[in-house]
Amino acid sequence: MRREPPKTFGDYAPLLFPAGMLTIFFVVPFGTMIAVSFFQRQQGGFYTPAFVFDNYARFLSGFFGGVLGFSLMLAIAVAVCCVVLALPFTYLLTRMARSVQVLWLVALLSVLSLSEVIIGFAWSTLFSRTAGITNILVALGVMSEAKALTPSFAAVLTGMVYQAFPYTVLVLFPALVRLDPTLTEAARTLGASPLKAFFTVVVPALRNTITATLIMVFIFALGSYLLPQLLGRPQHWTLSVLITDQAIYQSNMPFAAAMAVFLVLVTLGLVALTVVAGRRGEAA
Amino acid sequence: MTAVFRNFYFFVIALFLALPLIVVAGVSVNQKQTLAFPPEGFSTSWYGEIFLNPEWRNALVASVTLALLSAALAVAIALPLAWFLWRRVAPWASIFQLLGVAPFTLPPVITALGMLTFWATAGFYGQPWTAVVSHAIFFVTLPLVTLSLGFTSIDRSLVEAAATMGADERTIFRTVVLPLILPYIVSGYAFAFVLSLNEYIVAYMTVGFTMETLPIKIFNALRYGYTPTMASVTVLFVATAAVIFGLVARFGDLPKLLGAMASDGK
Repeated sequence: MRREPPKTFGDYAPLLFPAGMLTIFFVVPFGTMIAVSFFQRQQGGFYTPAFVFDNYARFLSGFFGGVLGFSLMLAIAVAVCCVVLALPFTYLLTRMARSVQVLWLVALLSVLSLSEVIIGFAWSTLFSRTAGITNILVALGVMSEAKALTPSFAAVLTGMVYQAFPYTVLVLFPALVRLDPTLTEAARTLGASPLKAFFTVVVPALRNTITATLIMVFIFALGSYLLPQLLGRPQHWTLSVLITDQAIYQSNMPFAAAMAVFLVLVTLGLVALTVVAGRRGEAA
Repeated sequence: MTAVFRNFYFFVIALFLALPLIVVAGVSVNQKQTLAFPPEGFSTSWYGEIFLNPEWRNALVASVTLALLSAALAVAIALPLAWFLWRRVAPWASIFQLLGVAPFTLPPVITALGMLTFWATAGFYGQPWTAVVSHAIFFVTLPLVTLSLGFTSIDRSLVEAAATMGADERTIFRTVVLPLILPYIVSGYAFAFVLSLNEYIVAYMTVGFTMETLPIKIFNALRYGYTPTMASVTVLFVATAAVIFGLVARFGDLPKLLGAMASDGK
């Protein structure tokens, strides 16, 4: 059956519910948030409709600018670590038997579905002095006494890489599965080692995919909210933490909304970059 | 040499992924109310605690109810939309597909805050059903992606044949399209269900003070007092996710489903 343009009202009927739901419960809330970001805050947690830029001005000054900088830096570090770890892994995985692939994919999906709270709890236990991995090192004679590894930047980074790693693999998976195997076979026939074939054939062929993955993992990591609180010190808190703090505990919705709008702009800018990178990849 | 390297590399990754789970599983069977690892003694009482302690039981019921309802609502939004996009030539309609993908692509705190301002403005803040709607919108991307993939895999000549034989639109949908699309409905539902079960920030911002879901309960327990029950809940959650995804893999083509998931997310 060919696709036909809708003619009667009845043809549009199936679209009514999804379009209505998405408009009322996504577009309107989003618009409300943007509107509130220009509102004037009143003492006592209320706000009045206005059109002021105070919230944005406050955000761009000093402390909050620093938090934005830290959030971006942390997200970049997570994205780079994840891609470096996941790219060779995913490549090798796609070359394995299908049943092995399915097993790994189920495991990765299970880890991906872990709540941030649970990941934070698990790693804070692993990094603790009483129940952590340093006890194993002491038992092995590597360390003289157990110590706490959290809160620290390294702990935050580990937790976030753990959270984002399955996501990275799943984003890389389709591109690597479809990669023409004759490419590396040709390189191997010509005498390249597997490692050399990987770096001179696979990596350049996937340049755009890698860029796109870096950006997607970056956005994913930008949303991290609980791990910096559970594994880091206050100076390791991200913009997501501050947005929630302002919205819930300081009752300053206009300011929280302004920060959120700013975060959307950064994210959308990066999505646009991904699309441009993808287009260029198709043209090449 | 390369096989040894590969196996070692895979072992390290597997260990990295499993390490937190090993520790949590160990903590969950402690005899006493401590988070000791390796566990001191052996007891499964903390698993019983999830169902016997009213606070943990309520959190479990709240989470499961929320996940069941919001995943159903997400599918109810995604199915007609994906069907319409497959059946009709209406380029402007893909704007709704974009809207369906957007909440999941942005950092979750954005969706959460948007929902919070909206529910507060509308005067419904704190109502349990607002969390159902919020999660359905947040996770609608997952059934939408699996269903869009499912529809592209339907052979249009089958539908054509049914139409030639005189079947009307409704009959075609019920007898031809629905049976073919059912596995994709189930997997889309499963993805939304599992992720909703574990979601924290959107649930916290919409109903956090009036309703405690399990992730919220665990976070509060982390702040106000450790108990091995947190660990046993974690084990239960991982096991649930593994079983559900295992079933999706058993009855569907998991690599294919995941191939579509990511390519659509771009």
